[in-house]
Amino acid sequence: MKAPTDMPKISLAKTFLGFLFVAFADLAAAQGKLSGETPTIVIDKGIASATPITVVPFHFEGVTLPPETDVSDVISNDMNRCGQFRVLAKQDIVETPTRGSEIKFPTWNMLKQAYIVVGREIEQPTGDVRVEFELFDVAKQQQMLGLAITGQKTGLRDVAHQIADLVYEKITGVRGAFWTRIAYITSTGVGNNIQYALMVADSDGYNPQTVVKSREPLLSPTWSPDGRKIAYNSFERGNSSIYIQEIGTGAREVVSANKGINGAPAFSPDGSKLALTLSYGGNPDIYIMDLASRNKVQITKHFAIDTEATWMPDGQSVIFTSDRSGKPQLYQASPSGGDATRVTFQGEYNANASISYDGKHIAMVQGNGNVYRIAVLDRATGESKAISPGNLDEHPSFAPNASMILYAATEGTRGVLYAVSADGRVRQRLVLADGDVREPSWSPYRQRGQ
Amino acid sequence: MKFPIRVLLTAVIASATLVACTGSKTKPSGPSGPGPSGPNGPNGDTGHGKYTVDSLDTDSCLRQRVVYFDFDKSEIRGEFQAAIACHAEYLKQFRGARVTLEGNADERGTREYNMGLGERRGNAVGSALGAAGASSSQTNVVSYGEERPVCKDHSEGCWQKNRRVEIVYTSKQ
Repeated sequence: MKAPTDMPKISLAKTFLGFLFVAFADLAAAQGKLSGETPTIVIDKGIASATPITVVPFHFEGVTLPPETDVSDVISNDMNRCGQFRVLAKQDIVETPTRGSEIKFPTWNMLKQAYIVVGREIEQPTGDVRVEFELFDVAKQQQMLGLAITGQKTGLRDVAHQIADLVYEKITGVRGAFWTRIAYITSTGVGNNIQYALMVADSDGYNPQTVVKSREPLLSPTWSPDGRKIAYNSFERGNSSIYIQEIGTGAREVVSANKGINGAPAFSPDGSKLALTLSYGGNPDIYIMDLASRNKVQITKHFAIDTEATWMPDGQSVIFTSDRSGKPQLYQASPSGGDATRVTFQGEYNANASISYDGKHIAMVQGNGNVYRIAVLDRATGESKAISPGNLDEHPSFAPNASMILYAATEGTRGVLYAVSADGRVRQRLVLADGDVREPSWSPYRQRGQ
Repeated sequence: MKFPIRVLLTAVIASATLVACTGSKTKPSGPSGPGPSGPNGPNGDTGHGKYTVDSLDTDSCLRQRVVYFDFDKSEIRGEFQAAIACHAEYLKQFRGARVTLEGNADERGTREYNMGLGERRGNAVGSALGAAGASSSQTNVVSYGEERPVCKDHSEGCWQKNRRVEIVYTSKQ
């Protein structure tokens, strides 16, 4: 897939806890910018259909040093990377109102802005910061939002993502998914020194935290619907086993360690069941485990490889990968068993489904020859469209609001993660400082206190 | 001086146990005489075979421990039949010998599907060994999918080295 010519060139670079966070800029250029202290967002070419919005730098009112996090930068980056918005570049922000009453609407009208966000960060006696913000419709000169969120001075990225979510929802009518997390697997070192880790980070790649480390392969992390647990496949016991681990406490348990493959876990939408792949019956089949009783129901009974089950949002069926027709294709079956129906017909290889929250779209790995890309299938039309340009792209994972898709790509001999807008027009790369990154999984919406 | 005495006592009991174990193991356990590899246990050499335990390191056929596969295939290519026959012969001769068949896939395609593909390859080698006389209890398949590549370039030259089953002896006799 050739990149559309109207693809925006966004570059943003900032070092944070060893992370390079780069969007659509070649690495040399990005590294050049890393030496600068101020992260920059540059849009060389806008998207005609993206909504223009200005996020004016927030004013800090306090007696101590301003917080490390630039709240308006985090919001701007969120709005840019989702693909539906085009944020006015910082150098083009000619006036810096910090409250609605200070906005001179003709200025922003002239700059062809549809919306403007202003705000201020007020230091509290406790040391916390109260972030007050307002969203205005520029043409109507009307306030759409006027709210405040208080957070710790060191936790302002969380506050900024929550503001971005509120702004996104007010304008699009769809809940924002910036204040979410991602899980992924890293591997570092080679040969006998190889080390695998299951990591959790903010949805933009910041604040990476290790959930578990292993000298043996880890794969297929997947979130429980309450966002408190992750199920994954680990070889720590010498063969694949499925663990469920609480992120908060680190407590974990083995839920499946049968002979053969124990893989591809997926929580049911109500969290009571786990779909998984087991091969102790002779070949990989899909089973549904009731997590309370640990009883299992085998739902595929085919000599083919059946794996990578994922639940439809209503919990009434699962979509899985099977090579029963030769090459892998997606199929749909009831969680109580019965016949499976084929879902994909375009492309010689379709596997590893991620389903949008409304069940209308399926992101998957589509292979043709030696090229594997992420494609999105529209279930109404049956048409699928590639949204990634790589050769070995895999493991798509929809954001909980389906605005973006996270996936793994290969660059050189290392794996990297990309977040791509659901239409494929805006891509952003999340690069870990060293090692291989893969198997991304987007968390559900977060609840406060998580 | 209680402590040293207790240590000594423990050591004596341990060596007595060791002697007892060793003693029971060296007793003849069947009609078959000692094989070329020395004393044989209940699961040892039958005494009629052509291999010794050392053959695993010295016999050129038995030293072939990797079976390679075509892309997305689990059929055993003709060139590996001879090696599989040798390993089956060895397993037939040493009924106590055990192998783990580690199935692997190249990086193309999804990781969990490749886990299945690696297992299918491991099973293919297991079946071939079984057909040639090894017992199913002697083979154990573990699939690593694409997680344990021996080569990390994105080329067929590299991929073909990764599409493999490694025959790993976990017990030699």
